[in-house]
Amino acid sequence: MPTATVTAKSPSPAPATGPVTSTEAVTGTTGALRDPSAEHRPDPSIRRSMYWDMVLTRAFDKAATALQRQGELALWAPSLGQEAAQVGSAHAVGADDWIFPSYREHGVLRSRGVDLRQLLGLFRGADHGGWDTSAARVHLYTLVVGAQALPAVGYATGMAMDGIPGAVIVYLGDGATSQGEVNEALVWAASYQAPVLFLIQNNGWAISTPSGTQARVDLARRGEGFGIPGQRVDGNDVDACFTATAGALDRIRAGQGPELIEALTYRLGPHTTSDDPSRYRDQQEEAAWKERDPLLRARHSLEAEGLADEEFFAAADSAAAAFASQVREYCLAIEPPRLPDLLSQVYATPHSLIEEELASLGAER
Amino acid sequence: MAQAPIALGQAVNRALETAMEADPKVIVMGEDVGALGGVFRVTAELKDRFGADRVRDTPLGEAGIIGTAIGLALRGYRPVCEIQFDGFVFPAFNQITTQLAKLRSRSHGGLTLSVTIRIPYGGRIGAIEHHSESPEALFAHTAGLRLVSPSDPQDAYDMTLAAVACPDPVIVFEPKSLYWSKGTVNQAEADPGRASEVLNRARVLRRGDQVTLAAYGPSVPQALRAAEQLAQTGTAAEVLDLRSISPIDFAAIEESVARTGRLVVIHEAPVFFGAGAEIAARITERCFYLLEAPVLRVGGYHLPYPPALIEHDHLPGPDRIADAVRRTLEF
Repeated sequence: MPTATVTAKSPSPAPATGPVTSTEAVTGTTGALRDPSAEHRPDPSIRRSMYWDMVLTRAFDKAATALQRQGELALWAPSLGQEAAQVGSAHAVGADDWIFPSYREHGVLRSRGVDLRQLLGLFRGADHGGWDTSAARVHLYTLVVGAQALPAVGYATGMAMDGIPGAVIVYLGDGATSQGEVNEALVWAASYQAPVLFLIQNNGWAISTPSGTQARVDLARRGEGFGIPGQRVDGNDVDACFTATAGALDRIRAGQGPELIEALTYRLGPHTTSDDPSRYRDQQEEAAWKERDPLLRARHSLEAEGLADEEFFAAADSAAAAFASQVREYCLAIEPPRLPDLLSQVYATPHSLIEEELASLGAER
Repeated sequence: MAQAPIALGQAVNRALETAMEADPKVIVMGEDVGALGGVFRVTAELKDRFGADRVRDTPLGEAGIIGTAIGLALRGYRPVCEIQFDGFVFPAFNQITTQLAKLRSRSHGGLTLSVTIRIPYGGRIGAIEHHSESPEALFAHTAGLRLVSPSDPQDAYDMTLAAVACPDPVIVFEPKSLYWSKGTVNQAEADPGRASEVLNRARVLRRGDQVTLAAYGPSVPQALRAAEQLAQTGTAAEVLDLRSISPIDFAAIEESVARTGRLVVIHEAPVFFGAGAEIAARITERCFYLLEAPVLRVGGYHLPYPPALIEHDHLPGPDRIADAVRRTLEF
């Protein structure tokens, strides 16, 4: 039975553990680290901060889901259940490092200091971007599954050419690992020994397709044939996600080449608000994963080790509630874009077709 | 200063050399561009001169070339990517159309992607399947990209320099059939005025007052030959080299059609949904009362590019162009 949950890098890629069923793969619900000797454990203040970000992310995520139900967002992609994989890994990312997210990494953005409300324009249908990528060092969300992987590797290559001691972390899902471009990105990363970490959140499902359809081996082993070492981490254990990511990034920044992490987690909600998981997955499976709720596990471990008290947890909850309460107002105030502005932003240089179409708008007004 | 005549492919090589000398952020990347100098030798000797970091032999994957170039451009580099042949650009189509073309818009102009994509393109070289295609319309349809095609060594030099300096993504469709045609080239440093001209403006290569022949890239010499042939029977054709396919210099076409009243558009790409269709529609809108005849198009048939032994029947040569001219004159 596959129970290997790796939190520190093995000298060789993680061994095969056979096909994974989501309910078997993660044992324990207390959040305790499997390898407490790991050198990159988060210190208590980081652990409290990660818990705080997880709570804020979840509150925001729930508020955004509600906004979609109220017709204020066109769509929402919930991060519910994946907070530990996202927040734990993102807290291990250094200030000089760059992040290339997919489209569900709300916890990553929150951890990076991006105001999550800036996501709402994208899902309201008012914007295709959202934040200042240079300030946050977080690339825009990418909706074409896996298409951020190659740009991430290119960016990492550029960092290495510049002699910057930084790394790139690119977030991918289990579904994305089947994309040709993601495999090409693994080739490029290995060939150039680019300072890049592939962080695969295996949340069990690519919409209705189980991760077993994507791969006949653990995704942690996806990099092996490319020459990229991989490890699996309990993606619902925020400390473990931090430790594994921090260790991998340290090695990558030291010039030891790209790595891959599979964070085994679970998408507790639908793929998006347009999805209906009851049509394709077992309610018992969801219930089993609810028991492994990453927030509860983080809270239990903070409590068990005496690192946070009731006052702290109450403060996190009330900060989250206050933040969530502002989300609706912010969302309703988002203005639709203006066509002339959009036309002006297509090219940096004058383009006669754009000028002609701008002029035609002027004539119509 | 004028120098000894060089081939169009060499002119691109010299432009790359000039650009790389002027800006350390310019890097050349693609399959076999290093030691080999590319299958057409367009990047010959650049690796020796600038090193393997700046002249990168990539693994074999077109999506990888463009995708990683996007990342490098986000980092401030100016990658010049070679796609080995026209028919092999499609694995990169996703990165070009969903990422490269859109990131500036998505970031409200905040992200600049100065990426040049060089595509040796077109037929008339007797090549096997996938080595002779003209896919420009597929990219012209995508907002956020610029497309140009040179027809002589000087323009090839200037367009390459302009594309590399341009803050927008530029696809340079290099006519394979003209790689070896020679001309003198003023190998100057990049000049913003000249750059803007070759990326935007058409030019008149031959004056005439009875019909306008509009072409770009490999079809320009064909149009000139047709005009020469027509002159022998007393028809004065004006030849416009469009240079740019996105944007298209409609003002220049309009100005010419205002004098000639007739327009024939020529390209190797299939006529259906090709650049000629857009030109015909726009010029009809702008010049309806100036036109003496419908705008005609001469180009490839609605075929997958045919086997090379009959490619000359597929491509628009002087006879087919002259025939179209006669049809407009007899309308």
